[in-house]
Amino acid sequence: MTPELLIGSVTLFVLSIFLGFELITKVPSMLHTPLMSGANAISGISVVGALYGANVAFEGGSTSLSGLLAFLAIVLAMINVIGGFAVTNRMLNMIAGKNKKKED
Amino acid sequence: MEFGEWISIGYLISACLFILGLKKLGHPRTAPSGNKLGSMGMLVAVLTTVTDMYLEGGAEWTLIISGILVGSTIGYIMAVKVEMTGMPELVALFNGFGGAASALVALSESWKYIENPELSLPTGLGLEVLMIAAGLSALVGWMTLTGSILAMYKLKGGVEIFGKWFRTPTWGPSYLNYIKILLIGLVIVLIYLSISDPRNEDILYSIIAVSSILGIILVLPIGGADMPVVVSLLNSLSGIAAAFTGFIIGNSVLIVAGSLVGASGLILTFIMCKAMNRTLPDVLFKSFGGSEKVSLTRTKVGSDAEEVAMMVDGAQKVIIVPGYGMAVSQCQHQVKEFADLLQDRFDTEVKYAIHPVAGRMPGHMNVLLAEANIPYDQLIDMEDINSEFPECDMAVVIGANDTCNPAARTGEGPLAGMPIIDADKARTVVIIKRSLSVGYAGVDNDLFYEDKTMMLFGDGKKMMNELNAAIKEL
Repeated sequence: MTPELLIGSVTLFVLSIFLGFELITKVPSMLHTPLMSGANAISGISVVGALYGANVAFEGGSTSLSGLLAFLAIVLAMINVIGGFAVTNRMLNMIAGKNKKKED
Repeated sequence: MEFGEWISIGYLISACLFILGLKKLGHPRTAPSGNKLGSMGMLVAVLTTVTDMYLEGGAEWTLIISGILVGSTIGYIMAVKVEMTGMPELVALFNGFGGAASALVALSESWKYIENPELSLPTGLGLEVLMIAAGLSALVGWMTLTGSILAMYKLKGGVEIFGKWFRTPTWGPSYLNYIKILLIGLVIVLIYLSISDPRNEDILYSIIAVSSILGIILVLPIGGADMPVVVSLLNSLSGIAAAFTGFIIGNSVLIVAGSLVGASGLILTFIMCKAMNRTLPDVLFKSFGGSEKVSLTRTKVGSDAEEVAMMVDGAQKVIIVPGYGMAVSQCQHQVKEFADLLQDRFDTEVKYAIHPVAGRMPGHMNVLLAEANIPYDQLIDMEDINSEFPECDMAVVIGANDTCNPAARTGEGPLAGMPIIDADKARTVVIIKRSLSVGYAGVDNDLFYEDKTMMLFGDGKKMMNELNAAIKEL
């Protein structure tokens, strides 16, 4: 890693943290759980890292251990991603159903 | 510039979708589209990665495709099958998986150099960044996994029988705080050692072990009512773990998305703390629950459904106060039937008082009551409804305890300062609960023993059914 790349990455990191602080301001309590669950699904982004790691040949029993670890990481990250978005969607649909009732 | 070098634009699009998604998730009207934008961002990120690998000289698909398929299927089934009551536990578990995934990526990257001695390590700055990022990712990731799993069990604790909960520790000796600091220091030393000896397996194992223990002792002493705050904090940590993983593999979208979740998760944690009138250091370092269970010396004679039905007849205004007991017994439909009966037969005004932390997660009650098709405008937040209790004929408390415990007003004990629902100010109070046992915080509730309080001892669903039958017979 070159110093330029490192400084670029650290810049991204710090600016994203500031952005994250600003994104969420006042959230009604009924949205706390869906927001947590949706943000949680986004943290499954580590699947991208896992995909690169699992890009190794599968050779039955002699597959490299690092490849298998990355495979396991894909599985866990995808559970986090798909499960997280699906469960958030379920919660929000119920809340949306309520809002529709209100408009009737 | 070749085509392959443009691939990072995909990550930029993905990051923008995450930002928009998170922003929209914070407002009731836009939340569903926010969730969809977030999932689209994830799809773009995965497609970008796969395209990149394809362009970079082909990919080995076996592990990749099977991993995606297995994970997606399991995740989808878990999300669809879960009962609404189990939602908080599931969020905690998913969160643990996210943290573990980041930590596994870090482990996989470090392991490459261990299993393949010919692979040359980066030197100088590259090595330092790799080992520090891998170490921090492991620290936060494994801590998130063990902490989240413990949090899940602590949320589950007491689900079967209310009395059983109290065996799960809700407090810890204060020296645990020093151990936490000690263990964090230990991990930092281990990371420092790993820089000078990158191929040492023992250091790797030690970091994993210490981080896992750290996650457990972080969550172990934290009391019941604070559990949502802890889950939110762990959610923030799993984002940070993903960001550190981004440093290992030098990937922009991991850094951006991870730190976004880390920061917004932290803000959400503060918002939740504020709703409970607590501060984050208090939650983390001062255990909430009492150090010993209050032994019950008082008794109260229970009432029966007929008696309550007669009291309901003629009530002008009834406020229903749901709590975790309603979620456990799944009686939201019976509650809705009860409210409908009151409205139809006695023309009673019915409202619901929602405490910000009723249940095991903020918004838990809203979701359950919405499932039973209870109109949105009848669910009133605590702050807005508390002024209505003095002119309310009857408060019906269903499986709630700490959230309406007047002890919180005294300024002493574990509940001190927590805002509560003023159910005790109603003219009569009906409490449906299995026993007089103490709640999550371990404090006896004076409200149970007041003369105007009628206790209906039993499971929420059973008692609501009896109550509804009794009203129909009037």
